[in-house]
Amino acid sequence: MTVLLASTAAGLFGIGTYLVLQRKLSRIIIGIALLGHGANVLMIGSGRAGNAPIVGNGDNADLADPLPQALALTAIVISFGTTALLLALAYRSWLLTDDDEVQDDVEDDMIARRGMPDDDLADAGDPSDPDDVHPDDPHPDDVRAAGSARDADAGDRS
Amino acid sequence: MSSLVVLPVLLPIVGAALSILLGGSRPLQRAIALTVLSANAAMAVVLLVEVDRDGPVSVQAGGWAAPVGITFVADRLSAIMLVVASLMLLAVLVYAIGQPGAERNHVGFQSVYLVLAAGVSAAFLTGDLFNLFVSIEMMLTASYVLITLGGRLDQVRSGMTYVVISLLASVLFVALLAFVYASTGTMNLADLSTKIADLPAGLRSALAVLMLVVFGIKAAIFPLYFWLPDSYPTAPSPVTAIFAGLLTKVGVYAIIRTQTLLFPADTRPTTLLLVLAAATMVVGVLGAIAQGDVKRILSFQIVSHIGYMIMGLGLFTVGGLAAAVLYTIHHIVAKTGLFLTGGLIEHAGGSSRLTRLGGMVRTAPALAVLFLVPALSLVGIPPLSGFIAKFALVDAAASSSSYAVMAVALVVSLLTLYSLMKIWIAVFWSPATEPLASPPDRAQGEHLGGPLLMVAPTAALAALTVAIGLAAGPLYDLSLRAAADLLDPSAYLAAVAR
Repeated sequence: MTVLLASTAAGLFGIGTYLVLQRKLSRIIIGIALLGHGANVLMIGSGRAGNAPIVGNGDNADLADPLPQALALTAIVISFGTTALLLALAYRSWLLTDDDEVQDDVEDDMIARRGMPDDDLADAGDPSDPDDVHPDDPHPDDVRAAGSARDADAGDRS
Repeated sequence: MSSLVVLPVLLPIVGAALSILLGGSRPLQRAIALTVLSANAAMAVVLLVEVDRDGPVSVQAGGWAAPVGITFVADRLSAIMLVVASLMLLAVLVYAIGQPGAERNHVGFQSVYLVLAAGVSAAFLTGDLFNLFVSIEMMLTASYVLITLGGRLDQVRSGMTYVVISLLASVLFVALLAFVYASTGTMNLADLSTKIADLPAGLRSALAVLMLVVFGIKAAIFPLYFWLPDSYPTAPSPVTAIFAGLLTKVGVYAIIRTQTLLFPADTRPTTLLLVLAAATMVVGVLGAIAQGDVKRILSFQIVSHIGYMIMGLGLFTVGGLAAAVLYTIHHIVAKTGLFLTGGLIEHAGGSSRLTRLGGMVRTAPALAVLFLVPALSLVGIPPLSGFIAKFALVDAAASSSSYAVMAVALVVSLLTLYSLMKIWIAVFWSPATEPLASPPDRAQGEHLGGPLLMVAPTAALAALTVAIGLAAGPLYDLSLRAAADLLDPSAYLAAVAR
């Protein structure tokens, strides 16, 4: 039984990790959910197995340990709430960008750019690369609602 | 007396519920939040005085005895953290009320803020590993909402990173809880501290490292810091300020608590922690130097200064831990103050980019003072709070002959000065290099540099860093007593078992 639980947890962790490493937000969310299930299965497996833990249901030594089950329930409720929030965020992101991809940090790109020699900058300024930030681009503060600017790129990336 | 241990958690939750019901009336919501957080601050001070005099106190939820019931316990460290945290929550709330934006436009701000307050208090007061998980989740869930308040594209992008990283940490936390329960059969911290000592050495160090990773993500230590400078700057400035002040410190508190209480004295990972501390300090400050935005520079410095606290812990001496406690107090106050000033700079200058700001020493001289005091304190210029904290830390490192990490700490201080002076020169002294097309219109009576309700709490925090520097003697003695408790947890264990 424990081996079964452990291998289930391992499988869930493996698939979850793979999905979290993807660039699509929907996959990341499913990955997070699977990782959460893996952790909960692990939690269930941490207590003693046995009969349903109700007083009078046979000898006390044969009862399952109810504490990990209660803890797993709490963890499930928490992950339910956070997954719902994550879905809302992903939906908001999709509304703003028409795209399901995790975006790079614009500010990081600008700083990395400052460390490049000039001729690399010329190469890096390829207009077909939507992650590029040009020195004369508006600062991220100014593109707060600039979802539409990325629409043109969304098509050829997915 | 013992109800003081639970009330700082219960009161904000009740306040949050009331605040939702009264969503139609912003003044009533404000009155509730201000009352609750003032009461919390008062209770925290009373708790600190009593705990310092009589030793740790504990409460068992539902009256079940220790290993079965859920324990709340306050010792000197948790009481100190609670006092500083509730003062910051109060100051930032006043600032948020004064700022046009976040708080005024969102019905839920006050409720979510109170839930955050409850989560932070619960994390400091809990004596149960699973309850620590629940408190941290409570705090983080509130923070997910606050960080994406407004729903702009950049907020959603960085908020997504923040939420996903935090959820991964939570998954690891649940796995950690499963391993701890499977190997010891208990979740109570006091009970764990006796049972973990009997485990095989390999299992013990696996648990210790997993705890370090889980709380290290929350605390943003090297190499798990990358999410922080990305996500913090996009939130509204009062939100960034309270995150900068408190959220990472909850991680630091959890690291200090678990590494000192749970694991026996002869297996403490001194070298590992000192190496991580040095790397955190260096990477954070180098990141800060490269940035060109006030909020991002300050965010990278959070990472850098977390390293100092971990360094104090890594020494595992009374002096080192006392310095870590003192440094945490100082850093919460100075950093929150700096972020509040950063918000004022953005308010007065219309941007937080260094190239777009300039000459503010003439246009907003009050802001220059409000920036300089916490900035110099962060660097460690006497007589401000940072000097005392850094002196205690360097002194502790020297007396444990950890000269390498001591040298790193001193060099990083110098680089911190450099990165802060970069802000000072660009924002206050030199003219703006790319002026804004339309400078923000200044409202009437803003000769202070911003609305009074924004300036007053910022000034209060600046005054507090000076006060901490002046009251260094008693505070250092208190930190020494807290550190002695940490290294010899017998009083803590007795309080829980009682």
